[in-house]
Order: sequence, then C-alpha cells, then structure tokens
Amino acid sequence: MSKIEIKDLTKLYGKTVALESLSLNIEGNKIYGLLGRNGAGKTTLLNLITNKLFPSNGEITIDSETVFENENALSKIYYMSEFNLYPPTMKVKDLFKWTKEFYWDFDVEYASHLSDKFGLKKNKKFRELSTGYASILKIILTLSSNAEILLFDEPILGLDANHRDMFYKELINHYSGKPKTIIISTHLIEEVADIIEEVIIINNGKLMLSDHTESILSSGYTLSGKAEDVDSFIQDKRVIGIDTIGRFKSAYILGSRPLIETMNKHNLEITKLDLQKLFIQLTNS
Amino acid sequence: MLLDFDTTKPLYLQLAETVEDDILKGIFEEDAQIPSTTEISMNFKINPATAGKGINLLVDEGILYKKRGVGMFVCADAKEKIFQKRKKDFYENYIITLLNEAKKLKITKEEIIIMLRKECSQ
Repeated sequence: MSKIEIKDLTKLYGKTVALESLSLNIEGNKIYGLLGRNGAGKTTLLNLITNKLFPSNGEITIDSETVFENENALSKIYYMSEFNLYPPTMKVKDLFKWTKEFYWDFDVEYASHLSDKFGLKKNKKFRELSTGYASILKIILTLSSNAEILLFDEPILGLDANHRDMFYKELINHYSGKPKTIIISTHLIEEVADIIEEVIIINNGKLMLSDHTESILSSGYTLSGKAEDVDSFIQDKRVIGIDTIGRFKSAYILGSRPLIETMNKHNLEITKLDLQKLFIQLTNS
Repeated sequence: MLLDFDTTKPLYLQLAETVEDDILKGIFEEDAQIPSTTEISMNFKINPATAGKGINLLVDEGILYKKRGVGMFVCADAKEKIFQKRKKDFYENYIITLLNEAKKLKITKEEIIIMLRKECSQ
C-alpha cells in the first residue's frame, strides 16, 4: 500500500507561480479524483510527483522516501501522461515488451487481453493509432503495469462513449482485484463522481479542497423553487452559488439539510449537491 | 437493479434499497446468491467501497449473509424483514408525500378518500 506525502510544494516557471505551498496526503489503496480548471496546476503536480519536473520548494515522498532522483520510489508509479513518449514506429505488441523492460511486473498477457477487448490492433505502429486508440493503448499500458500507484492524466481524451464505459468498468474491476492508489485527473467530473472515493480540487495553483467524496456531497444541498421563496429562505445561509432560469431559482448551499417535508410545505425542493456544480461554483473566480 | 442518481439519498442507501426491492420482487430469491460487490460496482460504475457499504448495511440488518470464499446470499427470512421495515416507512414515504402533493394541487382530504375508495373497490 503506497502513500504519497506532499509538503509545502511550490513550482515557479520564471515569475509564474504554477503551484503554491501545496500540502497533501494521498493515502494508499483509494481512488482519487484530481480536479481543477485548465491551467490550475494538475499536470504540473503529476509531473512533480513523477520527478519529471523539480520543485522550486517543498518535498514529495512515497512511503517516506523522496521521489527526487530515487529509482525505488519512482518504480512504484506508472504515469499515463497526456504526452506520447513512445517510439512512433514501434508496434503495439512490441510496446508491451518494451514497457516490461522498465516495469518488471508488467503483465503482457493482461495487456493483450485488454487490447482484444478494446479492439486495439497489436500489429499497428504507434504513429498509426488514432487519438482515441492512442489513449486506449496508454490506458492498457497503465493498467497492465502492476505499479502500486497509477496516475491518469486525462485518460479518456478522444474516447467514444462505449470505450469510456469500458474504461471505467475495467478500472473498477482492476482496482477490486488488486487495490492500489489511483489518481485520475479529468475534466469530465460527472463521469467519475461516483467512482472516486476522494476529491482533490486545485485552483490557481493552490489546494482548494481535499476530502471524501461522500462528505463533500453531504456537506450541502441544492434548494430550488420560485425565486422569491428561495431568496427568503437563503438569507442566513451559506450560499456558494445560484442559477436562475426565469422565475425559477436554484441555490447551492453549504450546511445541514433542512427536513424535506418542511421545504415541501414552502413549495421548495431539495436535491443533493452534485460534484460538477459544486466544482463550477468553487472555481468560478 | 436500477439506481436513481438524482435523489438526495446517498448512493449506498439507494443501492441497499434496490437490492431489497429485487428481493421483494423475487429477482433475488431467499438463499440464492446475489452479484458480487465487484460486479455491482462495475455495473453501476460506482466505487467498490460505496457498493460494499450498501451491501454491509443489509448484512447488519440480517437481510444478506456472507459465505466465506463464495459470496453474498439472501437470508431465509429476508422478505419478512423487509416487509416489516418497509411498512414503517410507508407512512412517511407515501402518506405524507401524498398529502403534500395533494395540497399543492388543492385536492381536498375528502377527494383523496373518494379516490382511494374508488381505486380499492375495483
């Protein structure tokens, strides 16, 4: 079970602050969702965890060992990056063997099984793959790596609905069989909301939120109804955002949920907070 | 098994209720095996911990039992237990909701009683 500890991490690109004093504990054997808007610092964080970038300040450890030029710590991670770092003329089946040179636990048989399942042709060269199939190949390499920590950066780029569905199911199946630490960085929040056990939200290079998905969703509620009714109810409440359509209003509120029966009497409706709406409201400035 | 992802109820509670519904409908029979936590979480694309929490709730209530190394099974008296539990909830979930909706639609109590009588006599 591998733990990642991040202490006071700062990364500067010249004068631009990409990450600012970010501290975070990633516990072992859980699925994390790393969420943030474009340019929030998600990929920078993943690149720092995998020692592809060096921090300007702070430290990252895996099971108490620094990741800085540390083969042992880094061998515990497989990073599915947005970038394609594979030899372009290499065939898919040879890429499996090639990966096994670096990741000794790589499961060639499982990779081959997944290729058949996803319809990835093993005799194709890497450069001949479409965007979707390049993503599928990278997903297969990551799942088959048998590393203790799997990092997915935008794994479903270019995947159609069927392949996305297959990916999520295979991810759950894989995780159930061999629990490990998984971090998924994605913009498709609705699709992963029920899969991730923990949520990490980064905004403008700072850690905004890190908590159990369930605690976050039960920390508030959505109240909808006639604008005047909603307005009078929310006066003394902690409102994080409002959506209005004509005279209909929805308010996103933090705090404990009032009784549904009471609200119904006032013609107000209560529904749960959804992760995507919460994310939009929290990162909207 | 169907889950409604939109209500205020936490997902694990919804899952537990869905399994109960399927036991009442006879989709899962008493003493029969139900799908594994992995199958359930894959099917609904939910975290295995969430699925486990829902299933364990039913184990605690004596509706499901675990056979080591085999899987989850429906208890012999599961239906009866669910009936008893659901009857208690019936008042809250249906009667109160019915009256609230009726109030919204300006249906009087007398009208509701007439409707119920008519429906029951058919």
